[in-house]
Amino acid sequence: MIKIQKLVKKMGNKMILRNLDLEVKNGETIAVLGPNGAGKSTLLKVIATLYKPTSGKVMIHGIDLNENLNKIREKTGYLPHASLLYEHFSPLENLEFFGKLYGVKDLEKRSKELIKQVGLAFFMNEPVKGFSRGMIQRVAIARAIIHNPLLLLLDEPHTGLDQKAVGILNDVVETNKQKGMTTLMVTHDFKQAATLCDRAIIIQRGIVSDDFPIEVRTEEWLLNKYNEKVGGEN
Amino acid sequence: MSFFKNEEELGLNLNTRTTLVNHIVYGIAFAMILVSAYLIFIYSNIEKTMGAVQKIFYVHVGTAWNALLAFGVVFVCSILYLATKKRIYDVYATVAAEIGVVFIIIVMLTGPIWARSAWNVWWSWEPKLTSALILFFIYIAYTMIRFMDGSWDKKARLCAVFGIIGFIDVPIVYFASEWWGSKFHPTVVGQEGGGLEGNMVFALVFTVFAFSFFLTALIHKGVRIEKARIELQHMKDKIAEKIGR
Amino acid sequence: MSILRNALTIAGKDLRAERKSKQVLPTMLVFAVLVIVVFSFAFDPDKESTKALIPGLIWIVSIFSAILGLNRSFISELKNDNIQGMIIAPVNSISIFLGKFFANFVMILIVQAIAIPMLFLLFDYQFNGSLPWLLLTIFTGTFGFVGIGSFLSAIASNSGISEMLLPLLLFPIATPALIGIVSATKIILRHPDQIEKAYGWLQLVGGYDIIFFGICIVLFDYILEV
Ligand SMILES: Nc1ncnc2c1ncn2[C@@H]1O[C@H](COP(=O)(O)OP(=O)(O)O)[C@@H](O)[C@H]1O
Ligand SMILES: [Mg+2]
Repeated sequence: MIKIQKLVKKMGNKMILRNLDLEVKNGETIAVLGPNGAGKSTLLKVIATLYKPTSGKVMIHGIDLNENLNKIREKTGYLPHASLLYEHFSPLENLEFFGKLYGVKDLEKRSKELIKQVGLAFFMNEPVKGFSRGMIQRVAIARAIIHNPLLLLLDEPHTGLDQKAVGILNDVVETNKQKGMTTLMVTHDFKQAATLCDRAIIIQRGIVSDDFPIEVRTEEWLLNKYNEKVGGEN
Repeated sequence: MSFFKNEEELGLNLNTRTTLVNHIVYGIAFAMILVSAYLIFIYSNIEKTMGAVQKIFYVHVGTAWNALLAFGVVFVCSILYLATKKRIYDVYATVAAEIGVVFIIIVMLTGPIWARSAWNVWWSWEPKLTSALILFFIYIAYTMIRFMDGSWDKKARLCAVFGIIGFIDVPIVYFASEWWGSKFHPTVVGQEGGGLEGNMVFALVFTVFAFSFFLTALIHKGVRIEKARIELQHMKDKIAEKIGR
Repeated sequence: MSILRNALTIAGKDLRAERKSKQVLPTMLVFAVLVIVVFSFAFDPDKESTKALIPGLIWIVSIFSAILGLNRSFISELKNDNIQGMIIAPVNSISIFLGKFFANFVMILIVQAIAIPMLFLLFDYQFNGSLPWLLLTIFTGTFGFVGIGSFLSAIASNSGISEMLLPLLLFPIATPALIGIVSATKIILRHPDQIEKAYGWLQLVGGYDIIFFGICIVLFDYILEV
């Protein structure tokens, strides 16, 4: 699914990713952990084709990043910190706009279905402007998967959500996992990481410093593993 | 040194020591400026109707051509930067644009002085002067993009794009203002080349070339200063990183 | 083909957002009318000599109100990183440029459709030249500076002071188009007998439009790249 070799990303003089290697198999659900500023979001942005690598080889869905960006983009969904939503638009309008760009078939049906799935059927035609953080994030995840991507990239999706929103978000991820979607989730929420993910990677100073399967699905176990590696940092 | 390695990958050799080449370039430029000063003030005739004021014309034309040359360098380096992403081209574009702006300011200052004596007006919407003014504004705008916040590569990218557009605009501006001037203004312009005698033409051509060498020397110097600035920034970053961790 | 379809989707999105928020277009309109009113104070509309200013006025009003709209064009995409949503979609970057261009073009044509008749009205100007020529001129000129303006607005949106930066970038680059278009308008309004001269100017502006629109399309990718 993803094959990254010696990925370097520089912004100005700053080297953010330093010869990072990573391999992800089809259908895996991976937690991306690491201290602030380690380069997790940057890695996701490179995979989402938002950032151009400075050097290195990146293959996604078996396609080289320098080869055919749009082929990769068609099959990738990305939810960054920002919602990417238009405030004056309702959830339905937002989904229909982005769905059109992705060439989604039966767009109206698909959009309405997704909105129901994230529990916002009642707010379908209200402008997003007045929504709470939890509601916005639910629309945002629907936007990220509007085109049924094979690869889903989530950047701290649980931050600032209430229990209900967390539950709905997890349901969506879980449902798509059953369908075989590969998921990369940057998170600081070890509880969610332990429940949702099968494998964890730790990123420190721009490289993958640890990579292990999540054997025990508890917050404590994962936290211990993490602290062993990261220790005093952060 | 190891931590410069990555800059070398981006095509920037940070060695800023003075070499023989530097001395030769500066030497030639200096000598040629001296010779052209001699040609302008002593060798060439004094123009009959305008008198000694006409001598500013040599500087005016010399800087004008070389401002254009400098912006040509910006244009070429901009294309090369977008094609290769090597920082050295951005450094050259930065320096050439700055010097070009200085030259065009000299053009804008000397133009009115000459115009006052030749045409008895400070300013005329004559095509060359109009184009110079627009050129001045285009590269002021270019400089404004340089002053933006953000990392150097973002600014380099945006500047390169604008540097390309700006230069392509130059001939179109000239063409449009020439057409405009000829249709809607009485011709106040006397023919400027017509009154020049043989030794004056020689002085003029020589001055243009002298300024070209001067421009080369300035760019050379500017690039070295810019490289030193970048190297210093690297060292600062390195130290900040050491202390920060 | 998909480039054009996506461009229309994006333009439609912008126009729909404007219909909902009603922020930019009304501001542009009010501004355009204000400029006209200020001009009628500054130059006595009853004087015959003021009529000579009308061709220039048309374009001053158009350009200054256009700047307001162009400023918002890419800034409005920054609030929730919306522009990134378009970049990561399987959409050619040319579609993003074209979409923005179409939306800006439509909005400015709407402003002109209201402001220019109002200008004639307030200055009591009897237009008896060729209307198709006038429309063609307005279309060609507006196309030119809205095209390059949309492009430069994307550059300016990277700056903290983009509202101040955009006019500085746009005016010098658009100079040839402005010279051409004001001259053509002048001929059409004041010397209808010399229409072939206006045609010459229109060719110049048309050439400018094609060259710069082409350059914008080629270079737009570099502006979005990170
Ligand atoms: N646009 C940028 N320009 C310069 N530095 C940046 C930029 N974006 C991020 N960085 C730096 O890169 C590092 C990694 O950022 P990020 O990937 O967001 O970290 P994380 O998501 O792991 O917290 C940080 O030190 C940050 O300051
Ligand atoms: Mg982050």
